[in-house]
Amino acid sequence: MPTDSRFNRQPIRESEAIQVSINGKKVMVQPNDSVAAAILLSGVDVNRKTPVSGKKRAPYCMMGVCFDCLVRVNGEENIQGCMVKVEANMDIQTQDGTRQAIK
Amino acid sequence: MTPQNIKEKSYDLIIIGAGPAGMSAATTAATKGLSVAILDEQTSPGGQIYRAIKYSPLNNPKILGKDYYTGKDLLQPFEKSQVSYFSNSVVWSIDEKNQVAFSYHGKSQLFRAKKILIASGAIERPVPFPGWTLPGVMTCGAAQILLKTSGLTPKTPLVLAGSGPLMLLIAVQLMKAGVTISAILDTTPKGQLWRALPHFANALKNLPLLYKGMGLLWTLKKSGIRFIKHVKELKAIEGIDGQLTGVIASTKNAMVQLDCQSLLVHQGVVPNVQLSRALGLDHKWNNLQVCWKPVVDAWGESSRKDIFIAGDGSGIAGAIAAKWQGKLSALKIAQQVKNLGDGEVESEVKQANKSLNKQQAIRPFLDQLYQPAQTFLTPPDDTIVCRCEEVSAGEIRQIAKQGCKGPNQAKAFCRAGMGPCQGRLCGLTVSNLIAQTNQVSQEQVGYYHIRMPIKPLTINELADLSD
Repeated sequence: MPTDSRFNRQPIRESEAIQVSINGKKVMVQPNDSVAAAILLSGVDVNRKTPVSGKKRAPYCMMGVCFDCLVRVNGEENIQGCMVKVEANMDIQTQDGTRQAIK
Repeated sequence: MTPQNIKEKSYDLIIIGAGPAGMSAATTAATKGLSVAILDEQTSPGGQIYRAIKYSPLNNPKILGKDYYTGKDLLQPFEKSQVSYFSNSVVWSIDEKNQVAFSYHGKSQLFRAKKILIASGAIERPVPFPGWTLPGVMTCGAAQILLKTSGLTPKTPLVLAGSGPLMLLIAVQLMKAGVTISAILDTTPKGQLWRALPHFANALKNLPLLYKGMGLLWTLKKSGIRFIKHVKELKAIEGIDGQLTGVIASTKNAMVQLDCQSLLVHQGVVPNVQLSRALGLDHKWNNLQVCWKPVVDAWGESSRKDIFIAGDGSGIAGAIAAKWQGKLSALKIAQQVKNLGDGEVESEVKQANKSLNKQQAIRPFLDQLYQPAQTFLTPPDDTIVCRCEEVSAGEIRQIAKQGCKGPNQAKAFCRAGMGPCQGRLCGLTVSNLIAQTNQVSQEQVGYYHIRMPIKPLTINELADLSD
């Protein structure tokens, strides 16, 4: 049986691709992709490790309900990746454990 | 639809959510001469059912099917109307003076309204089972959103597990997209069809939907996809990398283990009560739909004057029902604001009610047929129930035995419901577990007290409204 190790893009009406960075890796995405979709498409798969046990999490609901797709976007932490669209040169970072209120 | 610059801050009607109920209400109210603002979390109108209807990029319209594209019939008049549409607008509070606070591109705004219509729709019922938090497990709805918005299909091997029309629909949609589905694990309990049969005569009032459902089942049967019925329990298997590698399904007589990289789960949808709860509106437990519903009258007006709820947020009835409910609420609101006589809206009301009744007639049949199995309402002890704070079903049962009477006390006992999702993904399960352990009713146990702000805010966003 053929397998896909990552999310696959079906034939679509393509817009001009834009480049974002996910954990420093350059990825080309479509302007209507959400940050969470870009993460899944890039094969990164895991967008955070939980503050309580450090377990890996990935987007679960894709509609702003579960808060499992929290990521760091352009330096701002705890952003719901499914609720934000990608922008050119966006810096997306996965989150590891607890956020720090004061740095 | 006017451009997104904020000039006016006071409206006759503010609608929250631009799905079928919201769009239809907005268009109707604007036609009656009301000033209307619609605040929507998403980047474009459609809600979840018609998500990305404006730009959905898939080349092949057969994948999503024609029912999806009928969303355009709602979108077109909505876009032509005099409604002020605000996308990316996350409502986080409504106060006693009907002032609506929301985040809009990182800044808070405050709008005022004579009437408020909540059209925030449904959320997927939480599907707790051991391993449902693993990367690789997502809801059927989530997979459908990725397909609608970005044309993405999940990793394979792929398994679907659960119960309900949405699972069958996404299975067929993925199949049409050429994705190989290894198996469908149907958790619908044995005997549900018999229990649903008394409601069948009424269901016949909505033949198109019945035909659609039977068509989905027939397509899946014909496809030869492995279909395992009456699955009693699920367990997702964690690989050494901390991600999903497989799923174990138990039926009465057998246990099946399947390799998978994606597991799409579903147990139906329930009203999104976050805002109606935060407002302290009256809610009632519904035994057939196994969820809470806000109490509304025939027009959608809630227990608080001037606040209306339309669409799935007032009880699950589907997108077409939502459209008519939105229209009915808007007509009533127009009557109240503009002092219109009954005669001025009579024919529209009559038509809306007739169409709505047809949509609602099939619900008891579907609700009974796809009522979730007990294991997803009160999962086994080793299941994480609160995903945010990682509290297990066993811990909830333990604190219930120690004397915890309800979900609000549970917060103090174990932090369940205190993470960023604010109880959205554990509220129903925590209450169910306490009710089960203490052998009391859902009504007695109650639900979380939801408090504003109903979405996490930055200090900056809060400070924006300080003057």
